[in-house]
Amino acid sequence: MVNRPLEYDYTITKMFMLTTIVLGIVGMLIGVILAFQLAFPNVNLIFGEGLAEYTNFSRLRPLHTDAVIFGFTLSGIFATWYYVGQRVLKVSMAESAILMFLGKLHFWLYLVVVAAVVVSLLAGVTTSKEYAEFEWPIDIAVVLVWVIFGASIFGLIGIRREKSLYISVWYYIATFIGIAMLYLFNNMEIPTMFATSAAGESGIGSWYHSVSMYSGTNDALVQWWYGHNAVAFGFTVPIVAMIYYFLPKESGQAIYSYKLSLLSFWGLMFVYLWAGGHHLLYSTVPDWMQTMGSIFSVILILPSWGSAINMLLTMKGEWQQVAASPLIKFMILASTFYMFSTLEGPIQAIKSVNAIAHFTDWIIGHVHDGVLGWVGFMIMAALYHMAPRVFKREIYSKSLMAAQFWIQTLGVVLYFTSMWIAGITQGMMWRAHDEFGNLAYSFIDTVTVLHPYYTIRGVGGLLYLVGFLMFAYNIYKTMSARPVEEHELQNASPMGA
Amino acid sequence: MFHWLEKHPFFFAVGVFLVISFAGLIEILPNFAQASRPVIGTAPYSTLELAGRHVYIKNSCNACHSQLIRPFKSETDRYGHYSLSGEYAYDRPFLWGSKRTGPDLMRVGNYRTTDWHENHMKNPASVVPGSVMPAYRWLFTNNTDINTAFAEQLTVAQHFSVPYNQPVPMKDGTTKVVKMGSSVANANAIAIEEAKVIAADMRDQDVKDAVARGEIPEIVALIAYLNSLK
Repeated sequence: MVNRPLEYDYTITKMFMLTTIVLGIVGMLIGVILAFQLAFPNVNLIFGEGLAEYTNFSRLRPLHTDAVIFGFTLSGIFATWYYVGQRVLKVSMAESAILMFLGKLHFWLYLVVVAAVVVSLLAGVTTSKEYAEFEWPIDIAVVLVWVIFGASIFGLIGIRREKSLYISVWYYIATFIGIAMLYLFNNMEIPTMFATSAAGESGIGSWYHSVSMYSGTNDALVQWWYGHNAVAFGFTVPIVAMIYYFLPKESGQAIYSYKLSLLSFWGLMFVYLWAGGHHLLYSTVPDWMQTMGSIFSVILILPSWGSAINMLLTMKGEWQQVAASPLIKFMILASTFYMFSTLEGPIQAIKSVNAIAHFTDWIIGHVHDGVLGWVGFMIMAALYHMAPRVFKREIYSKSLMAAQFWIQTLGVVLYFTSMWIAGITQGMMWRAHDEFGNLAYSFIDTVTVLHPYYTIRGVGGLLYLVGFLMFAYNIYKTMSARPVEEHELQNASPMGA
Repeated sequence: MFHWLEKHPFFFAVGVFLVISFAGLIEILPNFAQASRPVIGTAPYSTLELAGRHVYIKNSCNACHSQLIRPFKSETDRYGHYSLSGEYAYDRPFLWGSKRTGPDLMRVGNYRTTDWHENHMKNPASVVPGSVMPAYRWLFTNNTDINTAFAEQLTVAQHFSVPYNQPVPMKDGTTKVVKMGSSVANANAIAIEEAKVIAADMRDQDVKDAVARGEIPEIVALIAYLNSLK
């Protein structure tokens, strides 16, 4: 056997990098539109009265969440898997024609599903369940895409040269299994087209309509077991996989502690699934489940902070890199936002806090400091690190990256601070009573008071979108930037001025 | 053990699956039988109400409105009696929502009228000054899909024994029979009868004319659903 470095094949990575960026822009743009619709309701009519049905808040809202979760984030997860997987397993995609075919099939089928989702959500075809809005034909396609993803993961593992699975691979495997289990059980539904009337008619009504297998409280329980853990296995587990690979690689530092990563991984796996009940506090699900949800949410701080601290300590003695490299800045801030968000979540899961926070914008704020600060920053950092290696060129502009970092950081801060104030203000106003024991405010009083915060949130979101467009431009220009030699790609990514 | 698992991907994956499925088994399964029993006074949705529920879902009303009243004085003062599990027995899917950009709607049928909803959907700010809710004018021209609602009634009656065409007990000691059609034509006839009752209280002449012609604009079905929320 000739002893030379492996040539990894990044065909599939490149494809998913493209969808990460395109769907990121789509998802965030819709988000900004939604934010301004709440501040200025006339924005519901941006494309006129005729298209109002398709541009109004309620029709666009699921499209925003799904574009960011299943478009931007999932593409980022796939892009990094097809990059990280090869490298830590020491095997090239080019070595297996089957895996290459599966990878391409994975991408194109994924695109078909994305197109179907966009059309169906705009048309109002939805099951109403958050992040599980798709009707049964799309669900089947989603399962197919996921099975191919699994075949890719285990196929690559099957032909690996490095026998020991690196930490990132643990997290990718967990992502695959977790989402598979959750998605299947939450989307159990019966298509209504099979029903037969007393007169013997069948195939009545829409062919794509279905009815949930669970009703009422049970349905809620399964949905939030799914909803919460879709966050776990979509926004946490695979993003941790990324930071465990990209931070040590970019900084040239070894992971601080193997034992800590072990504890965090198995701890996260065990604890996370229990915490779903915190979405249902004071609802009609049994009290003991609500309490379990609260308690495990607080315990969840341990494994979450375990990973985050492991990352921060990996930079021990090398903190000058944070000042020197905007790419390291992105990852360190991502890790910091992860700590912040995983502390905020458990606080909101405490019953007495939840009584105020639930149903308010504080929850929206929490989601966004996690997704913008942690998920978004980490995926962009991953793409920035991969781009020079995939294109064999230096990153187009370091100063543009640095400017982007500060603009987006400001955007995130404006976003979550305004939503904190909005949420707590509204939560307190809802429960306020006057001296005679009557409600102090009508509902609309608690809406109009939020106008300034909704406006600030819109501006914060807009700044983040502007930063994301700078990121897209930077990556685009990287494709034609100065070519680099292999030795420049060891650790810190090469960047142009 | 962990070192061994890291070299054996299959067993590693099995390990992960066991660890994550544990919580679901313990938390979710035991409650299933109990939580699905209806309380007295809870009846299945009629054809038009169910079609209206589909309109509600189609427009993601649940993105901004909850249907879950928590057991706090401030909530029961504002929205009525706190929610009971059995009241949701016929809700597939549940529509609790996760955000109150607008108020809760669990018992909106107790304190809002057909007339109020009609004006509100046309121009929310005319009824509630300062409202950030968009207008839903297309509901006045789009027609309701009654057939799909009928297919759903048939499905739940067959698979989940939802008691259509059977007496269900009401709070005042009487019983109520919710009709389900015997054929597509019959189901549509039942729905149009329900729609006429709603349209009689409405002002929009186009809607009234449509119902008289035998069509059901989405707004009529939606109001029928909202009025049923009590």
